[in-house]
Amino acid sequence: MSLVLKSVQKSYRNPDGSRLPVLSIDEYRLKSGEQAALVGQSGEGKSTLLNVISGITQVDSGSIVIDGTEVAGMNEVIRDRFRAEKIGIVFQTFNLLPAFTALENVLLGMSFSGRSDPQFARELLGRVGLEHRLDHKPGALSVGEQQRVAVARALANRPRLMLADEPTANVDVANQENVLKLIREACTEHGVSLLLVTHAREVADQFDRVDTLSDFNRPEVAA
Amino acid sequence: MNLLTIAWKSIRQRRLASFLTALSVALGVALMVAVLVINGVITEMFTQSGTGYNLIVGPKGSALQLVLSTVYRIERPIENLPWRYYEEIASDERVELAVPVAFGDFTEEGGFPIVGTTPEYFALGATNEQEFEIKGEKGNYLRDKWDAIIGSEVARRNDWDLRSEFRMIHGGKDPNESDVHDDKFTVRGILAPTGTPNDRSVFVNLDGFFLLDGHEKPVSEAVDRMAAFYKEDPELIREWYADDLKRIAEEVNHDHGDHEHPSHFVSDLQKEFTSILLRARPEPNSSLPPDLSRTLVARKIAEEINQGFRAQAVNPVQPMAQLLENLVGNIRLALLYLTGLIIAVAGVSIFVSIYNSMSDRRREIAVMRALGARRQTVFSLILAESLLLCVGGGLAGILLGHGVVFAAAKIIEARSDLLINPLAFEAAELIVIPVTILLAGLVGFLPGMTAYRTDVASALSG
Repeated sequence: MSLVLKSVQKSYRNPDGSRLPVLSIDEYRLKSGEQAALVGQSGEGKSTLLNVISGITQVDSGSIVIDGTEVAGMNEVIRDRFRAEKIGIVFQTFNLLPAFTALENVLLGMSFSGRSDPQFARELLGRVGLEHRLDHKPGALSVGEQQRVAVARALANRPRLMLADEPTANVDVANQENVLKLIREACTEHGVSLLLVTHAREVADQFDRVDTLSDFNRPEVAA
Repeated sequence: MNLLTIAWKSIRQRRLASFLTALSVALGVALMVAVLVINGVITEMFTQSGTGYNLIVGPKGSALQLVLSTVYRIERPIENLPWRYYEEIASDERVELAVPVAFGDFTEEGGFPIVGTTPEYFALGATNEQEFEIKGEKGNYLRDKWDAIIGSEVARRNDWDLRSEFRMIHGGKDPNESDVHDDKFTVRGILAPTGTPNDRSVFVNLDGFFLLDGHEKPVSEAVDRMAAFYKEDPELIREWYADDLKRIAEEVNHDHGDHEHPSHFVSDLQKEFTSILLRARPEPNSSLPPDLSRTLVARKIAEEINQGFRAQAVNPVQPMAQLLENLVGNIRLALLYLTGLIIAVAGVSIFVSIYNSMSDRRREIAVMRALGARRQTVFSLILAESLLLCVGGGLAGILLGHGVVFAAAKIIEARSDLLINPLAFEAAELIVIPVTILLAGLVGFLPGMTAYRTDVASALSG
């Protein structure tokens, strides 16, 4: 799945009513099946970028085309549906729901897209090495295991684009490599494009393609 | 996973808070159900009075007391009337059936009210639509002076069967405070359950009832009472009953030696009864339906009796309907308002519980939204939680309410002598379901809107 951003502008409103530009991107592209790391410092707009790509947040202006579909102009209901079906998200803090078991967390991701495939959910958890932890709730899982459940959940709807927001930030050094390996292998196996944002250069260096956000995002120009 | 499953898991995640909020709804609903059921049972019981008779004729006084004592046996009788008055009423050609009843005594065992009456009592029917069914020697009930027929509850509680014998306490329930009659009655018939006060009554032959010590008036007192009742000269009364008085005098002066008479003579002069159940005869050649004609004739008889100074005649339905409307109806209304208020307070507690949980669940909602849940989906999810808590609490409340009725039935019965069916069900209870659904909608709306408006990006970064 290809991703093309053109002339994307995003700003937030300050308490005094003035605008704070966060994103101002002329162009950014990711090819189908490509895996890229995007490096940026805190507050540079990494998460905002992922939010506008996934349709969680709307851009002020510009175009976001995912696999030939213009996302920026979609209404919210269609964006939600598009996100549920086409985009997988791995969060920094995993964001597993504590009331649900590992298997249910994966199934939950499916239920919002109208699909329910418990067999595939078990398979995904099996592939990330958690076949013996299906019925455990997040509180009973280690940090590494939680992150693996989060990866399985992101893949539950067979997405075409995976967005990972600092997925190793809360994982100890020994496990960082495992998590990255897991995400990259899963994306490769399923033919999913991957855009991973991180502030850590050592994480980004494990990718063939490393972009620096400040190289193409110039909000000060918009200001 | 569907919405209800997701909602149920969220509820389970907050077990204690969820349980307490559902419990508050359950308690409110339980109280409402208990009020409705007990009210329904009492209303049904007190409107069963219209049986196979049109009037109750009894001494002057409170019409309500007359009905409560005669039909429900939960009040003391007003006074007694002389037997001569019964004969006058019974001989009225407009009267089809006049059944005398005498109260005041209770069984030694269990303290059940005794009704001295004639076999015709059982021709009146247990309720409007129910004949008496009697287990025993068919067609031979209360023929002998020591015969008795007992209600189903009496048989069950006292473990009595046909041919069981019993004694009765004179004028009270406590054998330590009142005399126990020596004579024993024998059970000859057992009534099938009727759901009326007859179930907990004991019917004895009226002649046997009069033969018990203290039930016949001493001659001089009987003469004075009759003279006062009819405003007649006592000497004239003595003349009318001269033969009876002579026989009584002979019995008193008779030397028994070493033999005992099985019973003594009781003159009609000495007999008094509590009230008469009267069925009017339809007017001959009337074009009206028989029941309507009976009612009109009974109304006329009642007017005549009530115009006099000796007795009163009441339609048993009217005082009870008035009581139900004026007293029970208002109490019921007040209790229903109160339970409505309790349910509203329970609703507020559910609202507070869900609303407060929303700040903790902001991130959870945002994650669901990020996974593709629509705003309407998370709104519906909160409503579903509210619905599960309210309707679940409501259904638990119905069960709890019936549990309360089940437990309270025996207490009410023991304290008020009213028979309460512990398994009674009121159709009005079904209102709980739409009420709790409405409540769920009301209390879930604002928290649902909070979920609906959740700023996903901000909640995920927070």
